[in-house]
Amino acid sequence: MIVGGSTIVINVNGWNGKQPVYECKTMSAGTEGATQSNRGSLEKRLSKQSLLDQGFFWLTLVMAIGIAAVLAFVIYEIGRSALPAIQTFGLGFLFSTTWDPVQNVYGALPQIYGTLVTSAIALFLAVPIGVGVAVFLTEDFVPGYIRTPISFAIELIVAIPSVVLGLWGIFVFIPFIRPFYQVLNSTLGWIPLFAGVPRGYSLLTLGIILAIMIVPIIISITRGTLLSLPPELRQGAMAMGATRWETIIRVLIPAGLSGIIGSVMLAFGRAMGETMVAAMLVGNSNRISISLMNPGATITSLIASQFGEAGRTQVAALLYSGLVLMVLTLLVNIFAEMIIKKFQNVE
Amino acid sequence: MTTPLNDALPAVEPIDLTRSKTSSKTIMSVSLTVITGFFTLLVLAPLVAVVFDVAREGLPRLGLESFTELPPPPGLTDGGFGHAIVGSLITLGIATAFSTPFGILAAIYLSEFGRGSRVAYWVRFSANVLTGVPAILAGLFAYSLVVATMGNFSAFAGGVALAVLMLPIVMRTAEEGLMLIPHEVRLAALGIGATRFQTITQIVLPAALPAIATAVTLALARAAGEAAPLLFTALNNNFWSTDAFAPIATLPVLIYFFAIIPFRAQQELAWAAALVLLGIVLIVSIVARLIARQKKY
Repeated sequence: MIVGGSTIVINVNGWNGKQPVYECKTMSAGTEGATQSNRGSLEKRLSKQSLLDQGFFWLTLVMAIGIAAVLAFVIYEIGRSALPAIQTFGLGFLFSTTWDPVQNVYGALPQIYGTLVTSAIALFLAVPIGVGVAVFLTEDFVPGYIRTPISFAIELIVAIPSVVLGLWGIFVFIPFIRPFYQVLNSTLGWIPLFAGVPRGYSLLTLGIILAIMIVPIIISITRGTLLSLPPELRQGAMAMGATRWETIIRVLIPAGLSGIIGSVMLAFGRAMGETMVAAMLVGNSNRISISLMNPGATITSLIASQFGEAGRTQVAALLYSGLVLMVLTLLVNIFAEMIIKKFQNVE
Repeated sequence: MTTPLNDALPAVEPIDLTRSKTSSKTIMSVSLTVITGFFTLLVLAPLVAVVFDVAREGLPRLGLESFTELPPPPGLTDGGFGHAIVGSLITLGIATAFSTPFGILAAIYLSEFGRGSRVAYWVRFSANVLTGVPAILAGLFAYSLVVATMGNFSAFAGGVALAVLMLPIVMRTAEEGLMLIPHEVRLAALGIGATRFQTITQIVLPAALPAIATAVTLALARAAGEAAPLLFTALNNNFWSTDAFAPIATLPVLIYFFAIIPFRAQQELAWAAALVLLGIVLIVSIVARLIARQKKY
């Protein structure tokens, strides 16, 4: 910068954390050399900072891509360790009911069946309840000062450690529910679903506890969906003479259906992957039973209860079953993600 | 020829627009409201019951020795679970050391550099899918990666498993925190000559620090309650241990093992440990959520 024959060099000393420091020096035209060297140091400093900037950018980019890499790595590692079992048992693993650590013959059909059945029970209970509660807490049925703490409390259910819920299930819930099972069994025992001896540790018990765990997921996502619907939908339906509930059932729920389906898929994935509650409450019995009153097993309960004492081949077989669970939950989660994303894009 | 007005327009009774109390619409509305209200109570009941029962069963057994002593051998009574608390802290510490810098740097990319980019979309997608990966599979991953390679169960392997669970939570919540900082703040910093690195590390991050701290705390609260990923990574240990490369006891795993063995003393300890765990997790979640709610920029 040339001002009246003298050169003013504005030296930006970077940022020292408190205040930017600017050094202004006025020099005569005769001291060109000094100006040059000053400019050189400024350029050097700037290039250093731009290097730092670039480096920082790349560091964060690598870390971000690292998240995707972790997901891929988790899948790869489990697949790699399961490979011996995949080679030995092939796809027959998915359809065999034998789990024999003595003969080293393994099949996971009862566990896959148990995983799907217990998750289905959980969804059967949690979907209508979850959607109902979401509606109750979104449309103005109760004043805000009651609604807010209720929603807050429901969010807290997710925070209960599953092992604590399992402990509660063993010592409180099963003794509590057993008489109801006995009544159900003695009156409806002729239906295969409720046959057998109701001891408490059963597919149904696990399904109910899983429903408790996943219902907050359905409530919070469905609520978010309902809240994000344009108010014109409500106003339009009301103006046509619909009652509040007709508006909800015929207009709001269909409009928010994709969000609700997304929440159900996420809940389904969570129910399939839940471990401690399954290991503690399902009874760990390696059989396929139509009756929900009978004990069963899930993939997660199988892994949790057997991994500790498993031999080499058995570990590989357990990892294979883990891989099956991984594929199931990945499919469900990716599907859920896509539905919710699509819905948000429409918004 | 003129007809009186009264003849042309007969007197009209005022119409009652209130819906009849016995109309099907009224009945449906009232019954649906009652049913959903009942569902709401039904959903809250387990929370209340769990907190109440854990407090009732755990409190009598809880004492100073719970935090300082080892569990009794089978058949004897008294004792505590101090070693499991130490073990939980160590595994959580290792998990935090891995997941926090990783997650926060990734969040910085998403909010500062990659807004709206393809990479950011896929990273968010992967993080969401990673959140849905069952905890036990994070355990299998750490087993396969660390335990099978190093040849023994260790607190370190447990930390790796928990880090996988914490990572997407830290990243997503930290990203939300960074997004809350108004764009003008960044522009102002850049405008007075700060580089992007300076803007982010000295302006944006300090402003987002409370949100990021909340993010890490919530992730910790989630990880603290997980037993599944620790079952075959950190395994268990009946004695005091602070060795990161040896098996270690943790609160959730201790609760699991003591819940399924038929000794009354151990079951009581499991309840007391559950009370400690539930108390910590619930208080942390409540405080973190309240702080997160108040944050407005």
